[in-house]
Amino acid sequence: MCLGVPGKIIDIHGSMATVDFWGVRRQVCLDIVDEPVTAGDYILNHVGFAIRRIPPETISETLALYEQLMEENDMDVMAADVRGEIEAARE
Amino acid sequence: MSELKFRDPAMARHLAETLVHLMAEIGRPVAVMHVCGSHEQAIAKFGLRSLFPKGLDVIMGPGCPVCVTDVPEVDEGVVLARQGVRIATYGDMLKVPGTVQSLADAQADGARIDVIYSPSQVVDLARGTDEEIVFFATGFETTAVATAAIVTNDPPKNLSILSAHKYIPPVMEIVSEMPESRVEGFLAAGHAATITGSAVFEPFVARHKLPVVVAGFEPLDILAGVVELVKLIRDGEAKVVNTFPRCVTREGNLPAQELLWRVFRPIGGRWRGIAHVPNGNLRFRDEFAHVDARRRFDIDVKSLWDYAPPHLAHQCICGDIMAGIRNPVDCKLFNKECVPENPVGACMVSNEGTCKIWHLYGGVPDLSEIAI
Repeated sequence: MCLGVPGKIIDIHGSMATVDFWGVRRQVCLDIVDEPVTAGDYILNHVGFAIRRIPPETISETLALYEQLMEENDMDVMAADVRGEIEAARE
Repeated sequence: MSELKFRDPAMARHLAETLVHLMAEIGRPVAVMHVCGSHEQAIAKFGLRSLFPKGLDVIMGPGCPVCVTDVPEVDEGVVLARQGVRIATYGDMLKVPGTVQSLADAQADGARIDVIYSPSQVVDLARGTDEEIVFFATGFETTAVATAAIVTNDPPKNLSILSAHKYIPPVMEIVSEMPESRVEGFLAAGHAATITGSAVFEPFVARHKLPVVVAGFEPLDILAGVVELVKLIRDGEAKVVNTFPRCVTREGNLPAQELLWRVFRPIGGRWRGIAHVPNGNLRFRDEFAHVDARRRFDIDVKSLWDYAPPHLAHQCICGDIMAGIRNPVDCKLFNKECVPENPVGACMVSNEGTCKIWHLYGGVPDLSEIAI
């Protein structure tokens, strides 16, 4: 639950954004994000809410851990927490 | 367990060697504490303890929000569920033991419990029904902000919230003041500090003269954070260092902090098995009394106490484990009577609990054959 998950904003409609997480598209609430965001930005999602706009120059560093976790099997708790964070956003 | 895969093996080797030199310079055992289930997952999963020099103890403290949810708080949820109120909560909460029952036990007896992943899903659930819905809300400040967001966004009238939200900085004070504590510095969780900013730890550092390093979750991030922390300990320097600037600033997420403190006030309360933590619990301010389940319902937890508590519970040492005084392997129930399928204590329930993580990955694996 402490681990947010990064995703890319596809489009924004009101206080919600369609966000892509490794091909899975979910609706994420923008009510508590730290600065204004636009389509193409990456955000850190926690329980369905964007909590930070990820600085563009650090995206690849930020994604590396998750790329590895996404390859893990279903029994792995860290990978399960990441999948849970993606599930937390609305379909 | 995963094979060690560092993005930059040369850097990992360099950091591991630096740690060895630093510990040799210090010349005595050192214990540091992290307060985040995701940190423990990464440390155990990637076998980082096998890279730490002998004498350096990296301990998990009270970093699992589900685990520190106190027994009477679980009782409140169980009583409401048994009264026929529909409860929505995070999946990890279901098996957490109360005095006599967990929510899963209440569910087996016919209570209605909905597992959710997000506060937004609770709002959707309440909008789709006329029934009273109580959101049993757990989590540290990072998660509490999301709860605050639904509360201030015109929630449905049939939705109320039982807040078991907890605030991390005060428990660091309590743990470091424990007479048995050997902790000489803290590794703070990057994503929680995304909200609060690294500055939230400055008063703690000033009072306790212990360094705090904010670190990310990549194996390299954690190694770099530990190196920085041990360096500060060697130099006797008590300050806050942020080694995770790509997610954390000094000020943090100011709009989120404003929202958090507009909705919640910190009050003292018990953390399971640890202690009374002044200002450690987040409860609703009076302006939000209308969504506070404790004020909307008469929650008679005493009605539960006619039953006998589960046996073995008195042997559980979760509290000492979360305070960093003992390890899961010191518990005689660990991996015997207490396993994830049938947990005795809260630390074996959650994916962020020390016992569950050690059960899955092992605590101090021997990875001497894996080269980095």
